[in-house]
Amino acid sequence: MNVLLDHFAEFRDGFIGTVEITAVSSVIALVLGLLLAGFRVSPVPPLRFFGTAWVTLLRNTPLTLLFLVFFFVVPEIFFPGMSPFLLGSLALGFYTASFVCEAVRSGISTVPLGQAEAARSIGMSFTQTLRLIVLPQATRTVIPPLSSIFIALTKNSAIAGAFSVTELFGWQKLLSEDGYDIVPVFIWVALGYLIVTFAMSGLFRLLERRMEVAR
Amino acid sequence: MSASVLYDAPGPKAVVRNRIYAVVGSLALIALIALAIVRLADKGNLDYAMWDIFNYAGIRQNIADAVLATLKAFGLAAVGSLVLGLLLAVARLSDHKPVRWAATAFIEVFRSIPLLITIYAVWVGFLADYSMWALALGLSIYNGCVQAEVLRAGVNSVPKGQREAAYALGMSKSQVMMSVLMPQAVRAMLPTIISQLVVTLKDTSLGFIILYPELLQTARLIASNTQVNGQYPYVSTIVVIGSIYVAMCLLLSALATWIEKRGRRAKTGITMGSAAAPVTAAGPGAVLAAEGTDGSDVAPATTN
Repeated sequence: MNVLLDHFAEFRDGFIGTVEITAVSSVIALVLGLLLAGFRVSPVPPLRFFGTAWVTLLRNTPLTLLFLVFFFVVPEIFFPGMSPFLLGSLALGFYTASFVCEAVRSGISTVPLGQAEAARSIGMSFTQTLRLIVLPQATRTVIPPLSSIFIALTKNSAIAGAFSVTELFGWQKLLSEDGYDIVPVFIWVALGYLIVTFAMSGLFRLLERRMEVAR
Repeated sequence: MSASVLYDAPGPKAVVRNRIYAVVGSLALIALIALAIVRLADKGNLDYAMWDIFNYAGIRQNIADAVLATLKAFGLAAVGSLVLGLLLAVARLSDHKPVRWAATAFIEVFRSIPLLITIYAVWVGFLADYSMWALALGLSIYNGCVQAEVLRAGVNSVPKGQREAAYALGMSKSQVMMSVLMPQAVRAMLPTIISQLVVTLKDTSLGFIILYPELLQTARLIASNTQVNGQYPYVSTIVVIGSIYVAMCLLLSALATWIEKRGRRAKTGITMGSAAAPVTAAGPGAVLAAEGTDGSDVAPATTN
């Protein structure tokens, strides 16, 4: 208990940091994932290829490696002065986008064939079909996998802590380097993560119920 | 729904438009790559000397050692997680309430804590001088929990009649589990199990953070100890070692997909788990609920 009370300010900062990086990279992952899923079902071959390449490559890349690339290689190419927080969110967002893309794509394939056919037959274009007919109906089936993807993202955000982003793992590291007993620190950090992940799965469950009513 | 339902076979106008999109898209991509190369070259990252370091015997030896270290941690973690997964799965399916509860609690707790936190705590708290064992133990605990859920989904997907028939023959509980249910569960879930092993392999990279000299840590050491023209060769080392890592993961993934395809052909009446299933990534097993519906609902109707 002492460890927490003595270092509550840092713990709070770490907790907020975890929530922030999770939120920012979730948005990146969601937008990018939707875009990639659109690419993967699009009529333009290079776009399809790009989507497939992205997913295959990033899904088989260790996240730590991606973080290294973002912290050592990317600043050499684009915008040298980016903050660790931004770099970390981008790495996490890009990585998770590939999983979001796959979830959305398999969601798209659960929408009954007739829906897309009907949309096509009343003259909707590819983008219209996807945006107005298929994606809204895919949402419901996509939400449960998305929930676990974003929970995974929350847990993966711990790696950002090792790359000098302020968040909960950073706190654990700091305190254990200061010589505090690891067990209570571990318990508090674990509790912090549990709060975030439980809140998230609660949120998704709420969303799921909402969607169910809407149908 | 196949993708082709989303658009017609392109007419002349659409063909032209699609070509334009294709060209613009490819050009944008090429421009991005070109920019990257130019910027890297500007900063001297593409100089011959930067890449020449991989011709040194010492550095090659380092990389070989690192591959070995990664594989060693992976091997230990793979065995550990499968053994623990088997134990936890059996415990969670046990008839005894306390055992079931303990297993469930263990699985739920360690599955929802970030792996890195566990590994770090094990390292600092118990195995400070043995980072390999800390890494392997942390990985085993976390992935063991996930594998347990996979196996449980597998056992639940075995048609009910199998269990009933085994009991009718007078087999004991452990005989039923070990010689009837588990083998079929493992077979059905093999692609998923291997995908989770890919995740395990990817997660050995967390050894970087506890200073275990695996591939990425070695990359960092090489880059920060070698100076070329007054610069540290971070870019070249990360590219080379990253490629090795990704290649290993791709190989293992390909194995999972191949086994899944092969399993689809066989008609056993048990739905094959999906190779892509652990969306789990370095993540939770909540997704296995989705997987469970994949497998467990098929139980009654199939070949008994």
